[in-house]
Amino acid sequence: MANMSSKHYIAQFRRISRSGFVSFWRNQTVSLAALFAMTVTLFAIGSLMVGNTFLDAFLGTIKDKVDVTVYFVEDAQENDILTVQHSLDALPEVASTEYISRDAALVTFRERHKDDAVMLAALDEIGGNPLRASINIKARELSQYESVTKFLEGENAVVAPGGASIIEKVNYRQNKLVIDRMNKLLDYSRRLGTALVLLLSLMSVFVTFNTISLALYSAREEISVMKLVGAANNFVRGPFLVQGAMYGVISALLSAALLYPAALWLGSISAAAFGGLNIFTYYLAHFGRILVSLLASGVVIGILSSYLAIIRYLKV
Amino acid sequence: MIVFDNVSKIYSDRSKALDKVSFSIDPGEFVSIVGQSGAGKSTLLKMILIEEPPTHGKVFFDKLNIQDLPRKFIPEYRRRIGSIFQDFRLLPDRTAYENIAFAMESAGRSEEEIEADVPHALDLVGLKSKMWSFPHEMSGGEKQRAAIARAIVNQPDLIIADEPTGNLDPINTQEIIQILEKINDLGTTIILTTHNKGVIDSLKKRVITMEHGTIARDDTHGKYVL
Repeated sequence: MANMSSKHYIAQFRRISRSGFVSFWRNQTVSLAALFAMTVTLFAIGSLMVGNTFLDAFLGTIKDKVDVTVYFVEDAQENDILTVQHSLDALPEVASTEYISRDAALVTFRERHKDDAVMLAALDEIGGNPLRASINIKARELSQYESVTKFLEGENAVVAPGGASIIEKVNYRQNKLVIDRMNKLLDYSRRLGTALVLLLSLMSVFVTFNTISLALYSAREEISVMKLVGAANNFVRGPFLVQGAMYGVISALLSAALLYPAALWLGSISAAAFGGLNIFTYYLAHFGRILVSLLASGVVIGILSSYLAIIRYLKV
Repeated sequence: MIVFDNVSKIYSDRSKALDKVSFSIDPGEFVSIVGQSGAGKSTLLKMILIEEPPTHGKVFFDKLNIQDLPRKFIPEYRRRIGSIFQDFRLLPDRTAYENIAFAMESAGRSEEEIEADVPHALDLVGLKSKMWSFPHEMSGGEKQRAAIARAIVNQPDLIIADEPTGNLDPINTQEIIQILEKINDLGTTIILTTHNKGVIDSLKKRVITMEHGTIARDDTHGKYVL
């Protein structure tokens, strides 16, 4: 019996799918209108998606350039400095630290100014090593530099056996303004991006929904006939849901393809504007993810629109 | 088989479509319902199909009070009734074959049954040559014959024909009525509404005459009297 009924369901499912395909093909005007509306929708969603993640990547590279350096007093012991580094590494806010000893700082300084005879002469004139040991700190989020700095300035920081702080200065205070501004910019652009994506997605979903509603309005007579010859709701609704899914799949493929020339065109422009970050390379690298997202949104929008639009016509 | 027990349908104070109507129809009968537009014929048929509920009274189908039928059983119930309409109501984007197959698919019948029964039904109404034509490629008479094939293909207990000849010329009208008589001879109950005096007079079967939502006459071998 169970076998019979599963066979029955498979047969009905095949009929529903076939009927959906056939209607899609025979009602070409309606299908084209729905495809057009949906392709525009998905193209908008796709570009916003690419744009938003691209912006994120760009902001990420900027964020990466920000750091805070803590300088130690001239006679700080390396052991104490390493203890500070350890306690910094233990902080959840800290992404990475890099210890630069006085000697290493001098080597880097000499390397950087090897063509600057005056600077090297001045260095020799002073004699010895005037540079300080330092630890370079990268926090996970821009907003966390403040608390890292507070930690270093506070009582938790390691002090030398004499009781005086071994920290000479933390350059966060000088960088604070820039970091704060950057933080705000990141926050705003992320919020604006998300709001835009949501708003435009909603608008385009609405347009698609209306197009599919109109398509179904023209089929309302048919739906009532189907009901009167004894078709159950699922059997009437099924083919329309299949059509909705087909609009979604085809539109997703079309819009992913349309994004190609758009990204190609924007590629060199973006590379020039965003310091080498190329939107086209980005599109190619993430093509799989973009396509899957578009397919998923297309199928969901298509099926949901059909499902909602048909409800009122099923009440026969 | 069908019993209307004191049935009223009131749309508003001024418009009563049916007013305390009672009658019954036995299995195998061929009943014509006549009356002017607005007399309540269509409302009556809509109640049998559960398109409209009565305001008062009860409608029974084989002792089943159809207003008590849960919504999910309505499709199954409707498959026991074949419907024929004045405007044919074929699915426009499907061929004659597909229109008839749709009724069988809705009833969950197997492919083998469909492939055997659809040509048979089309043969019965004399439309085998138009099997693969779309409705817009058929004449009015042909469309109505396809609609009849769709109505009979699930072997219903009852056929409801609402003005089936209203849009047809006299020759096609005669043919459609002959097909309905043939179906009735095979044992199916038929309820026919019509404005056509010639049809009623030639049938010589039971006629219910309706006026202003009430039954004015009910004659076993009726004539068209209005």
